[in-house]
Amino acid sequence: MSEFEPKIVAFVCNWCTYAGADLTGTSRIKYAPNVRIVRFPCTGRIDFMLLLKAFSQGADGIIVSGCHPNDCHYTSGNFHARRRWMAFRNLAEFMGIEVERIQFSWVSAAEGAKWADLVNSTVNRVRELGPYDAYRQMAASSWQ
Amino acid sequence: MARIGVFVCHCGENIGATVDCARVAEACRKIPGVAHSVDYKYMCSDPGQTLIREAIAQNKLTGVVVAACSPRMHEPTFRRVCSESGLNPYLCEMANLREHCSWVHEKSDVTTDKAIDLVAMLVEKVKRNKPLHPIKVPVTKTALVLGGGISGIQAALDIANAGHKVILVERDPSIGGHMSQLSETFPTLDCSQCILTPRMVEVAQHPNITLYTYSELESLDGFIGNFKTRIRKKARSLDEKLCTGCGLCTTKCPNKKIPSEFNTGLGMRTAIYVPFPQAVPNKPVIDREHCTYYTKGRCRVCEKVCPTQAIRFDQEDQIVEHEVGAVVVATGFTVKETDFFPEYGYGKYKDVINGLQFERILSASGPTLGEVKRPSDGRVPETVVFIACAGSRDPAKGIEYCSKICCMYTAKHAMLYKHKVHHGQAYVFYMDIRAAGKMYDEFTRRAIEEDHVQYIRGRVSRIYERNGKLIVQGADTLLNAMPVEIEADLVVLATAGVANEGAEALAQKLHVSYDSHKFFVEAHPKLRPVETNTAGVFLAGACQSPKDIPESVGQASGTAAKVAALFSMDELTREPVVAVVNRTAPPLYSTCVGCFLCQSACPYQAIEREEIKNRNGQVVKTIAKVNPGLCQGCGTCVAFCRSKSIDLQGYTHEQVYAEVMELLS
Repeated sequence: MSEFEPKIVAFVCNWCTYAGADLTGTSRIKYAPNVRIVRFPCTGRIDFMLLLKAFSQGADGIIVSGCHPNDCHYTSGNFHARRRWMAFRNLAEFMGIEVERIQFSWVSAAEGAKWADLVNSTVNRVRELGPYDAYRQMAASSWQ
Repeated sequence: MARIGVFVCHCGENIGATVDCARVAEACRKIPGVAHSVDYKYMCSDPGQTLIREAIAQNKLTGVVVAACSPRMHEPTFRRVCSESGLNPYLCEMANLREHCSWVHEKSDVTTDKAIDLVAMLVEKVKRNKPLHPIKVPVTKTALVLGGGISGIQAALDIANAGHKVILVERDPSIGGHMSQLSETFPTLDCSQCILTPRMVEVAQHPNITLYTYSELESLDGFIGNFKTRIRKKARSLDEKLCTGCGLCTTKCPNKKIPSEFNTGLGMRTAIYVPFPQAVPNKPVIDREHCTYYTKGRCRVCEKVCPTQAIRFDQEDQIVEHEVGAVVVATGFTVKETDFFPEYGYGKYKDVINGLQFERILSASGPTLGEVKRPSDGRVPETVVFIACAGSRDPAKGIEYCSKICCMYTAKHAMLYKHKVHHGQAYVFYMDIRAAGKMYDEFTRRAIEEDHVQYIRGRVSRIYERNGKLIVQGADTLLNAMPVEIEADLVVLATAGVANEGAEALAQKLHVSYDSHKFFVEAHPKLRPVETNTAGVFLAGACQSPKDIPESVGQASGTAAKVAALFSMDELTREPVVAVVNRTAPPLYSTCVGCFLCQSACPYQAIEREEIKNRNGQVVKTIAKVNPGLCQGCGTCVAFCRSKSIDLQGYTHEQVYAEVMELLS
């Protein structure tokens, strides 16, 4: 278990968090290499079924991050994402998914250091939680 | 079968020193569908680009992944390379190995593994990319300018002089805005009307400008290059074509005791009136709220005296429609009234006035004809106290921001007062003197040093009346907060500049965002200061935040340049990253069930209803349809759609699910 390295998938918007993560790079701030960033135009585009797909495929943790409230490039996509997350969190809890594995956040294009902190804290938390295979077991048992 | 080319860039040492690029290229060669995979020192260099071009031709590639820096940096470069090689540019994707990998991780196998994952993810995406074509939309080369103050005038003239048609809409009976109310302008002390009125006349006479005064925006629909606007022309109760502007009606109108808006309530006007002598157009309007005929049903004196029979009591509001390609919002600002300040007497002291009122008192065309007389008894004030930051920079008042113009106009007021009343004493209470601008600091120094205006650094806590004097109680913070009490004859508050009433409603009509103070928000605070987040809608002047005249004029010209650039094209090209509703064969036609949840989610009103008819012309189904000109490609509708009938080009379900599957495989 001590060798466990969690797989984290980050779903981020193009305008704030992706640019913020670019700034982390430009500022040469180091963070854990466990994260893989998937770029979206807006967090409003993120279909939360994708989170379930990621868990079912073996993700141990997920980050969803976009623009701060009122800063959305598309005016209101981040509000839709927030509302969807509030609803999805209840569903995930009901399904027995550990919601602590999902980190919903806002990182602006100017917050390079915040992105590094966000990744590191998520990786550390998920590392403590251990690998995630409950979803696959659950899916397998319901299939039978 | 896909034939994908992978091009791994070392970016010199930037990627190459941390990531084993050769291993990345080798690993990618093994991915099914990858026909070509190489690494090179600088992909963005000329030889690097040539290498990609040749590989596309030789290997007949159907897609390209460039693993290099951030797509925000070089995506346009590599898409152009593909396009030049005959490959659709949207079949090119970039894996971000620099900002998201080599620069943020230590050199190790883990880092190289991550790099491979990132490239493999994009390979799976690019396999599912479809050729996309930029969307072309026509441009109507007419601009709508809202607001006829100095910003609107400048923008309208600049656009019209560039050879384009302009429709200028002003809410009041005359153009001119706040600038026409000012006495003299800082830092040169030239007369405001002398420099403004020629421009007002130019607007009225310009062959490219259609002027609608006493009119308001009713609605705006459509999208960049293709807006449809409806303008409400409020009834002037006058046939403008017949009216010669002789002014006989205004002199004969018996109702003469109406506070004049132009003179900020300090002067009176008649019910049929021209706001000020230099008004453009110089045609009166009947104020139906106060006109005796409209309130009591008799009078009609103006009708009797009019030599051209131009009065039309039965005139109604008219709606005019226009098609425009761009909108310039230059609706300006307003200043807080004195009744906003309980500590300064709730506006009940006649001799506590705001800065705009003092402008009218100083103005040669004002109610006192330029003589400084106080409103209560018409005496010349011997002692005048100016209070800067009245409301501004005061979170307790809900106005945290600096109104920017007050330091300068307060110095100007004090100076002009001293020029007119030589023996008078002027005091200015201030927090800081913010005089940043060309010749600005010199100007405030001149007020202090040459005109001997007494500047006191501190706040005024209270104003009250005693024996016909206004007692101003404050503190001098440079003298250890020593209490100061001044017996003043007149107090001028430099009240905060705030958004116009109705700014919120206008913003909603225009679909532009506004901040918590109802000022309109620009697309980017530094790099796109005149654009809004709605393409084709631009900002000029103080509707964005309080601004002085040079700044407003500068921004208006900037906006005009943006509009002229837009109008220099016959067609606009837009990124094809837009949503589409699927279409299938009959009898289904589309999996869309017409719930229109997408419509409520769309921030751009881009979702329309499409009726599908059979060959007999009967409507068999109503489904959603995305207007590609309006769609900005956020994809919020995609996540909303219950039946997965709407998808975002460039970020389709197929693509993003494939990315996630590949990452975790």
